[in-house]
Amino acid sequence: MTTIAHEVTLGRRLRRWEVLPYGLILPTVAYLSLFFAWPMVQAFKLAFRDGGAWTLQPYRTMVHDARFGDAFRFTLLLVVVIVPLQFVLALAMALLVNSKLHGRGLFLAIFILPLAVSDLAAGLVWQSILTERGYLNTLLEKIGLIDQPYIWLNPTKPNQLLGAVVVAEIWRSTAFVMVIFLAGLQGIPKEYGEAAEVFGAGFFQRVRTVVLPMLKPSLQVALLFRIIFAFEAFAVVLAITGSAKTTLATEAWRWQADYFNSHVAAAYSALILVLSLVSAGLVVWLLRTPKEQMLQ
Amino acid sequence: MSERRTGFAWLGRFALYAVAVLLSVFILAPIYLMTLAAFSSETDVYNYPKELLPRHLSWDSMDSFIHFGGVLDSLQRSVLVAAITLALSLVIGTPAGYALARFAFRGADTVRLSVVATRAFPIVILSIPLAVIFIRWGIDDTSRGVSIAHTALALPFVVLTTASVFAGVSPELEEAAMTLGCSRAKAFVRVALPLALPGLAASSIFVFIISWNEVFASSLLTLRHRTLPAEVLSLLEGAPLNFRFAGGFFLMAPSVVVILIIRRYLFTMWGRVLK
Repeated sequence: MTTIAHEVTLGRRLRRWEVLPYGLILPTVAYLSLFFAWPMVQAFKLAFRDGGAWTLQPYRTMVHDARFGDAFRFTLLLVVVIVPLQFVLALAMALLVNSKLHGRGLFLAIFILPLAVSDLAAGLVWQSILTERGYLNTLLEKIGLIDQPYIWLNPTKPNQLLGAVVVAEIWRSTAFVMVIFLAGLQGIPKEYGEAAEVFGAGFFQRVRTVVLPMLKPSLQVALLFRIIFAFEAFAVVLAITGSAKTTLATEAWRWQADYFNSHVAAAYSALILVLSLVSAGLVVWLLRTPKEQMLQ
Repeated sequence: MSERRTGFAWLGRFALYAVAVLLSVFILAPIYLMTLAAFSSETDVYNYPKELLPRHLSWDSMDSFIHFGGVLDSLQRSVLVAAITLALSLVIGTPAGYALARFAFRGADTVRLSVVATRAFPIVILSIPLAVIFIRWGIDDTSRGVSIAHTALALPFVVLTTASVFAGVSPELEEAAMTLGCSRAKAFVRVALPLALPGLAASSIFVFIISWNEVFASSLLTLRHRTLPAEVLSLLEGAPLNFRFAGGFFLMAPSVVVILIIRRYLFTMWGRVLK
């Protein structure tokens, strides 16, 4: 009798709770609708509508802007150079931390230090190193490689500026990729690697045939996020190159902050959205596991 | 044969350490040099070759940075904005995180997915319509406005991380408290909340840093009442080196310290998000 009574009350309670989860998520849904979804719709309107009519004028202004080509090329270049390089580095870091190395805890603590550093801060950090009277030149001169300061951040040498931004971004954002990889690595049963080792697979062979295939889901997640974020490069470029180099996000910012033209700014940001979603989707699709290769 | 193998093993180990140390230097050296640069005197900043050891430390650069332009005001504003963002996003987001962790309700996956999907729509896009809307609402150039934008940015993060944290707290404990006569709310406050507290604290600290770091929206939503990163960005062109160095350090230091503090909870916080 008592158990039945107990079940009845529990059952009644459960039913009462059914509205509870919806009540709990309601504030979040409301907030994100008002301050996220609705502004997104407004952004779309800004980019495509003017004075109640559909228009492509913001796009014409954008494409014919003198800085558009530069911004477009430099943004793509940053994504294409930074992401692959930092994935190799992040994989090395994650494998080191996941190995049986003594002091791996210390290495992990060091590797994740830049995880929360902003791109503006990272830009200023690397400027202190790369500036003409900076630390890199001091070091190179002390070991005798140069005898007078070299101008690394030379506005007329685009490749050096690209290199500087790439180094700063890799320094800052590789920790993020490493954390995702590490979570993935910890999900791989140790036996798989050990089995491969027993059958004589060397380190690189194990990485290629066991670790990388098992790490694919983490790889996809990391790629998705990093490609999307890399398309937003902004303050790091301003801090390191001044106005010598520009990105799509910088142009969106300039059109809004300097020229007060929200339509062109929204056009730039819509372009960033489309480019980042399409390339992230494309990369994840290319990395998909073909059905016949899927493990049971 | 076996001797050769151990020789190789030893060499391989040495190579691993070498790589680990090299990567560590790559991460640590910039942090060290930025700190050194920020605490050198104003003449040392322009000296060349630079001192690589902390021999002549000085507060000059930091002092002049803090008293430069509107830096002090913007510093206070940054703390205020981050605090409002933290309070708003925790109050709104934690219940949703709890709901996602505890209840199998219809639409839970949709909610989770849409929250994750917000990350695909960057702040770069959000800021521009918000700038237009806030002017219309008369909250442009205010800390309130910036906090609202930062909360929109931090809320998905709070929902996902708190869901992950609460998922790590066994629901049986709450159920036990309820069979012992606690109401659902009381069981949450007395049992689940204390156990989740470290993870929630880690999540909140991260939210603070998200707001502290954010520069794109802040600089578009304000004109005279800027947050620190927005102020630094606006003064950057033509700013002297000592300003840049001290500013870089000031923006970098809290983020590095925070990671040192919360690194233990990083995987509790992100465990479920990453999977």
